[in-house]
Amino acid sequence: MLELEGLSCRFGETVAVAEVSLRVPEGQMLGIIGRSGAGKTTLLRMINRLQEPSAGAIRFHGQEITRLRGKALRRWRAQCAMIFQHFNLIPRLDVLTNVLMGRLFYRSEMASLLGLFAASERALALELLERHGLLETALKRAGTLSGGQQQRVAICRALMQEPRLILADEPVASLDPRNAQLVMDALRRISREDGISVLVNLHDLRIARSYCDRIVALSAGRVVFDGAPDALTESRAREIYGAPDEESPAFETSHPFAVV
Amino acid sequence: MASPEEIETAWRARRRARLFWFAFGTVAFFAAFAISAQVAELSPAALIAGAPRMGAYFGQLIPDLRWPVLFAGAETPGSLAYWFYRLDIWLRLLLETSQMAALATLLGAGLALPLSFFASANLVSPRLAFTTRRLFDCLRSIPDIVYALVLVWAFGVGPLAGILAIMLHTLGALGKLLADVVENADLRAREALIAAGGSWLQATRFAVLPQVLPNFLSYALLRFEINVRGATVIGVVGAGGIGQELYAVISFNYYQEISAIVVLIILTVSVIDLASEWLRSRAMSLQ
Repeated sequence: MLELEGLSCRFGETVAVAEVSLRVPEGQMLGIIGRSGAGKTTLLRMINRLQEPSAGAIRFHGQEITRLRGKALRRWRAQCAMIFQHFNLIPRLDVLTNVLMGRLFYRSEMASLLGLFAASERALALELLERHGLLETALKRAGTLSGGQQQRVAICRALMQEPRLILADEPVASLDPRNAQLVMDALRRISREDGISVLVNLHDLRIARSYCDRIVALSAGRVVFDGAPDALTESRAREIYGAPDEESPAFETSHPFAVV
Repeated sequence: MASPEEIETAWRARRRARLFWFAFGTVAFFAAFAISAQVAELSPAALIAGAPRMGAYFGQLIPDLRWPVLFAGAETPGSLAYWFYRLDIWLRLLLETSQMAALATLLGAGLALPLSFFASANLVSPRLAFTTRRLFDCLRSIPDIVYALVLVWAFGVGPLAGILAIMLHTLGALGKLLADVVENADLRAREALIAAGGSWLQATRFAVLPQVLPNFLSYALLRFEINVRGATVIGVVGAGGIGQELYAVISFNYYQEISAIVVLIILTVSVIDLASEWLRSRAMSLQ
C-alpha cells in the first residue's frame, strides 16, 4: 500500500503539485492523466525522490519515505522502479548489461564498478529478455534497437530491481501504436500477475481508459478526478482538459490500438 | 498581438544592431592587432633586416653531400652516413624523448580522467566543480618548460624532471577538455541508474564513462602528439632526451649535426602524428 498525504512541490512561485493525497493498493494499475504541465511527472519523481517534495508525506507499507537518506534511500529507489518516456538506456552498452543495471543496488560497489555480476543475475536478465521477446538482442548495443524494443529493455531493467512498485512516466508517448500496445500489455501483465502496483502517467485518455483499474486526473497540480475508468464520462473529461484544443485527446470508447 | 509591420521593424532594428557590432568588432580587432604589434616590436623593417641573417644560418645547416660517395661509409666526407655519424645515439635519445612523452601523457591523462568528473557542474556541487576547474587552470597556465626548470633543480638533470613537467601541464590541459566533454554528456541514462538505486560512482561509471571514453582517447592521443614536440624542447633545459643533445650541438655551432638531428625529429614527430591520427579516427568512430 502506497500512501501519499498532502504531497506538494513548489518551484519558486510555481506550484507544480498541490496537496495530493492518494492510497494505492497492491497490484493496482493506476493511470495518472492530465494536460502537459499538470504536474504528472513531478508527482512520480517525488515518489522516487528524484524530486524533493516541498511538503507532505509518502508512506509505503507504513514506512516514511520522505526522510530516507543514503543507503536506505537507494534501497527505496531499487524497490520502486522507474520507466521513462525516453527509455534512458545506456546506448553504447549492450542490452544485457543495460538490464543488469537493475541490480546495481544489490551488488557491492567494487564488484559492480568492475562490471561483475553473478551468473544467476545474468540468467535472470536473459529470462526476462526472453519473456519480452528480446533474447536475440541481448548482445546488441542498446542504441541500435527500435524505440519499442528499447522501452521493453527498460521494463526488463525495472523488473531486475525486483520492484514492489513501478512508476512509468509517459512510457508510450514516444512509441508507435503497435509498440505502445506491447509496452502497455507488459505493464498490465506485471501488475496483474506479479501483484506490483503500477503508477503510469499518460496523456492519451483512450490508453488510460482501456488499461487502468483506476484513473486519477491532475489539473494545475490538484487531483480533479479519482475513480474507475467508466466514471470518467465525456463531460468529466472535457472539464479536466478544458476547452477542446490541440492538447486535448480525442475521446473515444473503442480500444485505442484497434486495427481498422 | 504584434502586427507583421511591427515584426518587420523589429527585424530591421536587429539587423542594424548586428551590422553595428560587426563593424565595431572589426575595428577593435585591427586596433588590438596594431597595439600588440607595437608592443612586440613586430615591424616590417625588422623582418627585412633579419631575414638575410636567418638565411645565412640555414645555409650553414645544409649538409655537404656529394653524389658519387652518397652511400659510402661513415668515414667518407660527403656521404649520408658521414652526416648521420651518431645515428645510433640519436635514435636512442629520440626513443627516450618519445618515452618521456608517452609516460607523461599516460600519467597526466590517467589523473585527468577521474578528476574531470569532479570538475563537471552537472555531476558534483558547483563549488567543487569550480575549485577543480581552477586547479586545472593553475596547472595549465604554467608552461611545461617552466615546470621543467624547477623540477630539474629538485630532481637533477635527466628525464624524470621532464616527465613530471609534461605530466603536470597535461593534467591541467586534458582535465579541462574532459570536464567540458563530461558537462555535455547526456545524463538521462545516469538518472535512470540513480532511480534504480545506483550510487553516484556506479551511475557515473556506467552511464557517463562509456559516453566520454572515445572523446577521452582522442584528446589523450592529440595531447601525446603535442607532448612529443614538448619533450624535445624540454630537453634543452636539461630534462633529458634528444633536446639536450640538440641544445649541445647548437651551442657548439656543429651545423651539420643540428640539421641531422632536426631531420630526425621531424621524421619521428611525423610518424607519431600519423599513427596517432589513425588511432584517433578509430576511437572517434566508436562513438
